[in-house]
Amino acid sequence: MGMTVAERILARASGLPAVAAGDVVEPAVDLAMSHENAALVINQFLEIYQGTPLPPKIWNPDRVAVIFDHRVPAESPKTASNQKKVREFVAAQLVRKFHDIRGDVGGICHQILPENGYVRPGAVVVGTDSHTTSHGALGAFAFGIGATEMASVWALGTVLNVEVPATIKVNVTGRFKKHVGAKDLILHLIGRLTAQGANFKVLEFHGETIQRMPTSGRLVLCNMSVEAGATAGIVPSDEETARYLREEAGVTGVITPMLPDLDAHYDRVIEINVSKLAPQVACPHTVDNVKGIAEVRGRPIHQVVIGSCTNGRLDDLAVAAKIMKGRKVAANTRMLIFPASARIFQAALRKGYVKTFMEAGAVVMNSGCGPCLGVHEGALGDGEVALSTTNRNFKGRMGNPRAEVYLCSPAVAAASAVAGVITDPRNGGR
Amino acid sequence: MATVVYTVGDDVSTDVIYPGRYMATVLPAETPQFAFADDAEFNGRLKAKQIPAGAALVAGANFGCGSSREQAVSTLKGHELVIVAKSVARIFLQNAINLGLRVVMCPTIEAGVRDELEVGDEEVVNRTSGTRYPVVPLPRSRQAIIDAGGLISFTRSRLLTRT
Repeated sequence: MGMTVAERILARASGLPAVAAGDVVEPAVDLAMSHENAALVINQFLEIYQGTPLPPKIWNPDRVAVIFDHRVPAESPKTASNQKKVREFVAAQLVRKFHDIRGDVGGICHQILPENGYVRPGAVVVGTDSHTTSHGALGAFAFGIGATEMASVWALGTVLNVEVPATIKVNVTGRFKKHVGAKDLILHLIGRLTAQGANFKVLEFHGETIQRMPTSGRLVLCNMSVEAGATAGIVPSDEETARYLREEAGVTGVITPMLPDLDAHYDRVIEINVSKLAPQVACPHTVDNVKGIAEVRGRPIHQVVIGSCTNGRLDDLAVAAKIMKGRKVAANTRMLIFPASARIFQAALRKGYVKTFMEAGAVVMNSGCGPCLGVHEGALGDGEVALSTTNRNFKGRMGNPRAEVYLCSPAVAAASAVAGVITDPRNGGR
Repeated sequence: MATVVYTVGDDVSTDVIYPGRYMATVLPAETPQFAFADDAEFNGRLKAKQIPAGAALVAGANFGCGSSREQAVSTLKGHELVIVAKSVARIFLQNAINLGLRVVMCPTIEAGVRDELEVGDEEVVNRTSGTRYPVVPLPRSRQAIIDAGGLISFTRSRLLTRT
């Protein structure tokens, strides 16, 4: 029987001719990524070696990446001390894929990995971050793990006892209407599947709409696949994948495509036509509480956020800048923008987007996870409402359990920031 | 016998179990103080050691959804709670197995605070209501890690046998 992309990758990485859903394998890891929680990984890693004669040594430092993004620059002495501990550890272990707090090569892990060409089609990528699913956009099998699991990967170079997940095929057809795109598609899909509808499964994206979609959009789909519970989201690699890796990520070597077998077995197939899809909004306090914009328009908002590993890329900022140029953020609304990486921030400066945002009254912040997970900055007041291009709206997510977060696309966020209420960009946009 | 001390509904995220603002605290010895920190009453009882080890937390579907933060598991492990949930999110379940937090998936469980549960590997019996509920076994791939007493010792023995 033919194999899905996930099955093909896990077979290759486990040294087996074939695997099927339900098999238990031990795949070799091509890239193991952590962020600030490397502080905990280090703790667990050292514990593994306790009582053994072996020196604690990462199996292959070239396959480990550490990116500071969750609390940058540090918000507290505790974070700063943890970052210091990680910095010293990666230097001692010769980890070169280390991205510190910098205005040239820093940024959010799920942008740093693709834009530096660290992820290739067919790779096994693990990360101590649930949104590691993002990297399936490049035809990799990428999934989130906990810190202790990562410590085990650092020691062995493999992931122990992985059960091959079944795959749901998502076939997407049609052309998006103006101001509708990848974010609206994935919110719609999560609404259909529910927050647990793809639990322990892989979402594999196919269809003409996906083939036309740039890698930046595919990253949005795979990034949020985890919000339906998926282990991974995957777009089979194609010419666009190779174009992205060569033109935007500076990859020069051979890029081997990764496609499913023609007779691959899928758990089920979901068909979506996006031609009539309206802008989608996920309402508090679950990501699957998705409504068409018509149902929520007019709701007053206090804070608008554009950024994150989901929607902080250059084309996201371009859409927002086009809508906001020459206009002002509404009086009772504040707007925070944080580009996904320093490289994107610099490109946004060159293209004049930052000027547009600042003239409109938005605050442009350094690249990082920022307000998305409520640990650092941009917290909400009691009873306040945020509209955000980020990926989660759980209770307390933006730092306050007595506040509400709505999730949307950059176009909806920008049009709404100007209006001060949730606004359909097809009317309030340009 | 496990006394139910807390119940929650479906889709309770790691942000609720362990709010993001405490994520700078990472060590398992330090995380228990922030368990369900946004519920001052329950958090206060946990911190005051009013909840005995082995008490049960009964949850709906998709418990522990959201982030991969392991603090959401170590914070509950620190209080030696037993989690009985209708279903559990993937990363949370894996983290629980790795750290030795007892999680039982029981899709039909009905129980309220102060109910007495008999939590077995094949069924959960609610002694208060007299109802029995079947348990979904953990993935067979995980049993070896549980048997080894967690992932750290499982990995340690793999390292030693490999060299």
